[in-house]
Amino acid sequence: MSIAENPAPTQVPKPREITTEPRFSDRVFRGVVSTGGFISLVVLGLISLFLLYNGFGVFRSEGLSFVTSFDWVPESIENATQASYGIGAMLYGTLVISFIGLFFGFPLAFGTALFLSYYAPEWIKKPMVLVVDIMAAIPSIVFGVWGYFILMPHAEEWARLINKYLGFIPIFSMPGDFFTRSPFIAGLVLAIMIIPIITSISREVFAQTPLDRIQAAYALGATRWSMIRAVVIPYGKGGVIGGAMLGLGRALGETVAVYTVLNLVYDIRPEILLSAGGSVASLIVNKFGEANAPELKALMAAGFVLFVVTLFVNLIANVIINRTVRKG
Amino acid sequence: MSQIKVNSLASVASARSSETSSQGVGLEARSIHAWFGQKHVLSDISLDFYSGTVTALIGPSGCGKSTFIRILNRMHEFIPTAAMAGEVLLDGKDIYRSGVDVTKIRLGIGMVFQKPNPFPSMTIKENVLSGLKLAQIKINNSDELLEDCLVRAGLWSEVKDRLDQYGGTLSGGQQQRLCIARSLAVKPQVLLMDEPCSALDPGSTLRIEETIRELSETMTIVIVTHNMQQAARVSDYTGFFLSDGGPGQLIESAPTSQIFSNPKDKRTEDYVTGRFG
Amino acid sequence: MSTLIGDMPQQPMADGSTIPKPIKPWKPTPKQLLPDLLGAITAVVASLIVVAITPLAGGLGLIATFFSVSIVVASTISWIRQDRKAAANSVSTIVIYFLAAFVLLPVVSIIFEIIRKGAPGLSLGIFFSDMSVTSSDAPLNEGGLLHALVGSLYVVALATVVSIPIGLLTALYLTEVNGKAAGVVRFFVQAMSGVPSIVAGLFIYAVWMISFGGTYTTAAGSMALAILMIPTVARTAEEVLKLIPTDLREAGLALGATQWKTVALVVIPAARSGLITAVILGVARVAGETAPLLLTIGGNDAMNWNPFSGNNSALPFYIWKNFGLGTETAIARAWTGIFVLMVVVMIFFTLTRILGNKKR
Repeated sequence: MSIAENPAPTQVPKPREITTEPRFSDRVFRGVVSTGGFISLVVLGLISLFLLYNGFGVFRSEGLSFVTSFDWVPESIENATQASYGIGAMLYGTLVISFIGLFFGFPLAFGTALFLSYYAPEWIKKPMVLVVDIMAAIPSIVFGVWGYFILMPHAEEWARLINKYLGFIPIFSMPGDFFTRSPFIAGLVLAIMIIPIITSISREVFAQTPLDRIQAAYALGATRWSMIRAVVIPYGKGGVIGGAMLGLGRALGETVAVYTVLNLVYDIRPEILLSAGGSVASLIVNKFGEANAPELKALMAAGFVLFVVTLFVNLIANVIINRTVRKG
Repeated sequence: MSQIKVNSLASVASARSSETSSQGVGLEARSIHAWFGQKHVLSDISLDFYSGTVTALIGPSGCGKSTFIRILNRMHEFIPTAAMAGEVLLDGKDIYRSGVDVTKIRLGIGMVFQKPNPFPSMTIKENVLSGLKLAQIKINNSDELLEDCLVRAGLWSEVKDRLDQYGGTLSGGQQQRLCIARSLAVKPQVLLMDEPCSALDPGSTLRIEETIRELSETMTIVIVTHNMQQAARVSDYTGFFLSDGGPGQLIESAPTSQIFSNPKDKRTEDYVTGRFG
Repeated sequence: MSTLIGDMPQQPMADGSTIPKPIKPWKPTPKQLLPDLLGAITAVVASLIVVAITPLAGGLGLIATFFSVSIVVASTISWIRQDRKAAANSVSTIVIYFLAAFVLLPVVSIIFEIIRKGAPGLSLGIFFSDMSVTSSDAPLNEGGLLHALVGSLYVVALATVVSIPIGLLTALYLTEVNGKAAGVVRFFVQAMSGVPSIVAGLFIYAVWMISFGGTYTTAAGSMALAILMIPTVARTAEEVLKLIPTDLREAGLALGATQWKTVALVVIPAARSGLITAVILGVARVAGETAPLLLTIGGNDAMNWNPFSGNNSALPFYIWKNFGLGTETAIARAWTGIFVLMVVVMIFFTLTRILGNKKR
């Protein structure tokens, strides 16, 4: 078989190159479609370019303190020279409310996905999927107004209870009696808003669990729960984490709903039940209306930071999800 | 392998049956019927499986033999439209009786599937012991059990130095023997094998057949196979299933040597001599 | 139980025996469910008693107590009947049912409150008048949200006009051309669907107002919405086009058609209803967007029929404004606006459902 034994091997031809000269119409077609396909890339590039360009002056004058310092003092008649822009408190606040959102939203979404995939009888499953889909379709302004008028009175009571029993833990302590519009409440609203995305990604992931492994577990005497622990969760771990990160990305960028239920304060406070929090996106809406030209530039810079952070979280989330779910 | 003549099948089978002695009934199927929705797929199957023997279920595809073997350890019910009738007796007690703990039934009646399906997130060691974890059984001498199961599955010498590697790193045949070892760890009385070699190469197939023969000394084994040579090589008893378009039926069941040398039913003879199927 | 039914003679078989009735012995019988039912009743009664005699009050206390008591009761029953493994299984089942039930609560509450608070402000009049001569504090039967409805229609329609070609071309690039960069494009389209809506608004503001010196217009708002809509349209359209079987394309090409003709005359018609669904999903995605509009359309209390000049309003903007005013009537107007907005969103939502089901 080997070439050494056979001094005069048959010449294996090189594969022919198959060339096609596409017709003019097809070249136009492919050209147009490819151009269209790249528009998303171009738009993403333009977004970062324009926001960076407009915010560049602020980045240069503030330096790193733009993301670390707390004060947002625009130029005004009283202090024409001492303008200072820092989104440290807002950035910190954004992270705090997003993680509170994830803390409450993730278990609910994960449990719901497990329920829909492995527990729900058929007659509950369909309406439940519908409810989760409706949840995804509710506009954020609706969550905001509902959160302000309906959820907040209840959430305040829950916050009081948490403070009463767990107040010795610093993050649950309360210097006065200011329970409204706290990071806790904003986090609860975000939790509800990110449930649909995490649920649907998790369901997609669970649907990929190979049936033969599930059967192998049952054939070894597993209960439903021990099967889920031994097969479904190890298989879906990556994808579910990706889904959670996608939810985190949503939460980081949410604007209107957070703005309605959160009291913006330019300070980093550890107490999450206190009526003082931050959100970069809400800062933009809050300051936009009465901003003068230099302050607008600072808002552009803040928008750029928000864009980069959410893009980064989303990219990682998608890498993880693509690796575990959408292989084929 | 397919060139082996049919009459030699009979001689292989008779040589095999003379080696073993049956020790009484381990598992009994009584008048089993099965349905998927309105479709009646199995009709009135009664078959005894003796302890310490291997029973092969043969027949053309679509005759219901896989459905039947899945009824024997209650895997049938995972298909939402599935229904059944009849009884399956393990130690004289119906495994479908009201109030029975189905997970205990499946611990007593293990199953090996067509395609090797080790848990990829677990190491070889964890795979073998996974049944204990799933059923929350605590034991002290897990290393002993691990070695014992792997030895009985004929895999110990190949994996003893890499027990902490993942199951997916093994070859297909090794994975299937790992799955057998995994089933053995929970000490079942009965082992069901649903075409365990159909996804494997001939070498691995022979290796698994050896394992089956060794295991049959201590337990009841039921194997579904579409490979008649395999049935002749490994089994003591053979059941022939056939569907004439309607529900699958058990045409004939007898000691394997008899099925291959002197079948009573014309259809059995046609099938084992290769005239159809 | 099961044997009784099984032994009952049914129709006779060919050989004179009978076919028994199909049964599902794995389904729990009423008798087996009795302990579960009793357990559930015990849990309810015990929770009510605990809530009544202890300081735990209100809905939260009841739910928390019910949850804990259910877990204790169910695991005890399973443990007695079977073993520890079954008890762990029961606990996890109850936890998962509770988690799923908790997800229902906000949706039910939101829909209930929208109807309760939004319906009183509804009247035929609000669909025929704007707020140009009416103060927000005027009685609810004066003024209306016609301007906001028309503004929303404009802003969403224009966004759709821009998104359809771009979204569709992107999807065609990913499925039909499938060039070298398809992976990268797909990746960035996914990333684009995560762009915060406020950033889209800020970007349009930076381009249109700062760089080109433009002013608030409906068109500017549409561009911001288009950025959010394109990824939804592109991704859904890609999924739809992927479902078109390859043989269909090959059949076209084998007949000597060019790729362009094959796509235009075979692929797109075959995917038509799915592509429409993709567009409607995009519309549903952006119809309720508020943040980008706050930065781009400027708001208006009167009708503005010209999308390329002058401020305009939109439903989300109208809700935002009235919510911000904070007076009792203004908030009532905001709820009515939410009601109308939700009806609009639900219409599109239902359309995608109907079209989606027809395909399958």
